[in-house]
Amino acid sequence: MKISEKWLREWVDPPLDTAALAEQLTLAGFEVETVQRCDSGLDGVVVGVVEQCEPLAGSDHLHVCKVDAGNGPVLQVVCGAPNVRRGERYPYAPPGVVLPGGRRIEPAVIRGVQSTGMLCSAVELGLGEGTVGLLVLDEGAAPGSDLVSVLALDDSVLEVAITPNRGDSMSIAGLARETGVLNRMQVAGPAITPVPAASTRCRAVQLAAPEACPRYVGRIIDDVDLTRLSPLWMRERLRRAGVRTINAAVDITNYVMLELGQPMHAFDDAKLHGDIVVRYAGVGERLTFLDEQERELAPDMLAITDARGIVAMAGVMGGLATSISTSTRSIFLESAFFVPAVIMGRARSMGMQTDAAQHFERGVDPDLPVRAMERATTLLLSCCGGQAGPTVDTCNRAALPQPQAVTLRHARVNRLIGVDVSAETITDILRRLGFETVVDAGSWQVTAPSFRFDVGIEADLIEEVARIHGYGQVPSRNLGGRVGMHQDGPDPRIRDWRRVLVERGYLEAITFSFTDAAYQDLVLGAGDALALRNPIASDLGVMRRGLLPGLLGAVTFNLKRQQTRIRLFETGRAFRMENGKITQPLLLAGVIFGNNYPEQWDIKNISSDFYDVKNDVESILAAAGISTGLRWRPQIGPGLHPGQHAEVFVQDQRVGYVSSVHPRVLQALDLPGPMLVFELDVEHIPARASAQLQLVSRFPSLRRDLAIVVDQDLPVYRVLDAAAAAAGEALTNLELFDVYQGEGIDLGKKSLAIGLIFQVTSSTLTDEAVDSVINSVLSALREEFGGRLRE
Amino acid sequence: MLNVADLLKRALAEIQAAQDLHALDAVRTSWLGRKGELTALLKQLGTLPAAERPAAGEAINQAKTRVHDAIEARKLALEQGRIESQLQAERIDVTLPGRGQRRGGLHPVTQTLERVEDLFSQIGFAIADGPEIEDDFHNFEALNIPAEHPARAMHDTFYLRDHPLLLRTHTSNVQIRYMLRNKPPLRIISTGRVFRCDSDMTHTPMFNQIEGLVVDEVSSFADLKGVLEDFVAHFFARPVTLRFRPSFFPFTEPSAEVDILGERGWLEILGCGMVHPRVLENVGIDSERFTGFAFGMGAERLAMLKYGINDLRMFFENDVRFLRQFA
Repeated sequence: MKISEKWLREWVDPPLDTAALAEQLTLAGFEVETVQRCDSGLDGVVVGVVEQCEPLAGSDHLHVCKVDAGNGPVLQVVCGAPNVRRGERYPYAPPGVVLPGGRRIEPAVIRGVQSTGMLCSAVELGLGEGTVGLLVLDEGAAPGSDLVSVLALDDSVLEVAITPNRGDSMSIAGLARETGVLNRMQVAGPAITPVPAASTRCRAVQLAAPEACPRYVGRIIDDVDLTRLSPLWMRERLRRAGVRTINAAVDITNYVMLELGQPMHAFDDAKLHGDIVVRYAGVGERLTFLDEQERELAPDMLAITDARGIVAMAGVMGGLATSISTSTRSIFLESAFFVPAVIMGRARSMGMQTDAAQHFERGVDPDLPVRAMERATTLLLSCCGGQAGPTVDTCNRAALPQPQAVTLRHARVNRLIGVDVSAETITDILRRLGFETVVDAGSWQVTAPSFRFDVGIEADLIEEVARIHGYGQVPSRNLGGRVGMHQDGPDPRIRDWRRVLVERGYLEAITFSFTDAAYQDLVLGAGDALALRNPIASDLGVMRRGLLPGLLGAVTFNLKRQQTRIRLFETGRAFRMENGKITQPLLLAGVIFGNNYPEQWDIKNISSDFYDVKNDVESILAAAGISTGLRWRPQIGPGLHPGQHAEVFVQDQRVGYVSSVHPRVLQALDLPGPMLVFELDVEHIPARASAQLQLVSRFPSLRRDLAIVVDQDLPVYRVLDAAAAAAGEALTNLELFDVYQGEGIDLGKKSLAIGLIFQVTSSTLTDEAVDSVINSVLSALREEFGGRLRE
Repeated sequence: MLNVADLLKRALAEIQAAQDLHALDAVRTSWLGRKGELTALLKQLGTLPAAERPAAGEAINQAKTRVHDAIEARKLALEQGRIESQLQAERIDVTLPGRGQRRGGLHPVTQTLERVEDLFSQIGFAIADGPEIEDDFHNFEALNIPAEHPARAMHDTFYLRDHPLLLRTHTSNVQIRYMLRNKPPLRIISTGRVFRCDSDMTHTPMFNQIEGLVVDEVSSFADLKGVLEDFVAHFFARPVTLRFRPSFFPFTEPSAEVDILGERGWLEILGCGMVHPRVLENVGIDSERFTGFAFGMGAERLAMLKYGINDLRMFFENDVRFLRQFA
């Protein structure tokens, strides 16, 4: 909330400058977010009295005015404002003054008439928004006196963030109370005395839901003149608080809310019928609100009703039909207590946000309504005249919040805060805060005042002690070691894999977890995405089913910015519906586009292809300790190239895939190709079994190279598997070192060059033994695949 | 025997004339080999009168030694020359760039998260993890944020359309899940994506949060201050002025926000407090016996302060020219 510093200081005036006061409030939990001077740019602006005002010949809106601006001759000013009148007082800016907007006033000739200086509107002075015409000053303002002193603008506006638990401080009175506590000073607001009834007119009130509204104070004020404006000083305070002025009655209720914290409502009494009944809304009951919107109230919402139905939604907003206007002659003022729980969330659920609801859902002092009523009556009578009826306090005392004593233990205070706070200090703090305190041995029985809705348990009191004692007074202590070792938590291998990819040229991306539904279906194929009820934007409407949509989006972003070689990866969760259940698998995915090496002087660059990204995935799996037992299976997948798509399995568990994006998808996304991608399901990558030592042979190894010709379509892994199986235990390594098609090889065939390395731990292998193994390999390949040795 | 001196002179001349190791070896053989001239001379000693033999033998051996030494010296010189010419031939421009892949880099947010995790791991914090689609209980109810509470307005929550679930608004759901599974004493740090229905210069609908929790039989607000001061100083790797000011969170009591002193005044970096007794009770922990504290902060905010980034949205555009700067 925004408050005028001067206003606060009328209640309590600590010997602190503005900055120190702001810091003190901040360190007590009332964060002062901004401090703004009110008089900046108003040097030289004075009060001017219009002594003559004649229309300017030939103009339909300009006037020539003679202005008395204090010392010196009467000045001639041409003015275009609609509300300029003889005898009124307005702010006058003489030549040379620079207004807050940066406008410099110069002597001017307007339609041939000399004009010296300018009469100003509130907007031109930075003192208001949207108001039309000159700012009208009070009659008492002497010509030539500084506007700053006339409007008491030697002030600052403090914008204070009030936390949701401290509704009691959402007012001048509340912040003054805190300021008084912090500075050990008495706090005194304006004297509030009961206004005696001048008539007997009143309206009966029935509390039909006393547990929700145990107190309703009402009062009729007749014969008011609402054509009168609220006083300028009040409008100024409202303006500084960021509250728009409406009419005197509304301004006054707003003023009392700012001053005391009690939201009030003014009905046009002539439009009310019969008794006021405070009850829950019935099913289907509707109300057209002050904002001219019609809404249906829910049965858990409290309503102010009269004989004809709902006239206001309690604690939130009044109805349009019973609202006041400048022609209203009789006002019915409401000052009530609504239990926070019946206001909480109701306004939000209707798409409304009002200051009243903010106060009531945080808690308004149930002892405040009568005082607020007297204060508002006094202000209203002095401004608009009229005759007040009696203040009718309809109250179900048993249903009012009952003060509860809370026990505060000294030992608990010290344990939780971690420093010894003396009993005297604690007692002093509690009493300063207005808590009723009974001292026991080592503890206190504490009863909070009626406005402190936030104090319910011991911890709340400990916070109060710490807060007033000062968080800065608590020492810092080094946390000792008192926990065991631990091993659960997110997969630590992700850190290794990120680094594998980084070493291989990838940059890490972080993309949004939500995406566009149609875009995702295009990239991943149609599927069940989890939709958001309230997306921030329609193109972020569903949860991602995989990481590719986001990564391809990032590729697009970068290609548009002249990047030609892109390698990105991301780790994060995808969100899927699988067998009727929501799963949130953690994925690691990447995309590469462009050359396989960055441009450089000694590498022949070729476009990255499937085998580049496949090797990246192999490296990731190798970092997980998986180099054997891998299976790559050709697959068909939505959005992926049917001839360049393989799923990778470890021990029959699918862990992910490597693919090239389907040319049709690339075309639809206006992306170039080839675009290589991979995605791994982190939780499916098996943990590395602890390695077991294999003896390293002391005997030499023997190598045999074979060139085997097989059908072109035969997957190579099958040949290698068969060769390894036939070679038996003596085989220690098997390398594929060439795949050849072309001259010398029949069409439809390919030649595989395989190196087999043999070694045993017990002896030196003989050529004869190895030859015999090679023969078994050859016959196995011949039998299984028709493979034959290359000529 | 006069010819020993002549022979020596000839031998030394031939050694100097040898232009490579091969030629030098031939010279060596022709003088010192089994059939070499000096060897032959030695064999002839027996033909001399006995009185001359010692002197002659001495002279021949001296000559042999001198030839041998000269060959070794010449060999060294020739080898030196050969290496010199090899070096000359193999001279390259060492200022040319190295060959191969160019290293990529981790996202600055990941670097921040890992740094924070590492710092807290040093003092016994376990890393904990949890789901991002969450239910009302773990995200709100258990954390003492009942349905209609005004504090919910502090969390602009995304809800799923077809399920009674939401996107977690903070990583505090991990606290709840961890406390339901584990008994105190416990210390955890949890990091990850959180979601709020909010977007402008200073808000993105998704960001990363870091949250810590300590529950044991001794923890106090003083410990909380100590841990956070320690953390901030180490994270920024410089002394940082902090202030703790009272604030409000439904799941902590007392609560605080922490500001650090920057060039243009105080900057809020995190929220924290002593775990609210109701939160402990909600997960079946005796709040009389155990106390604890929790703290939470935005990873992007930390990264912005550390790296001088001024627009939150840059983190999620994935512009490689941005990402490469933190590689």
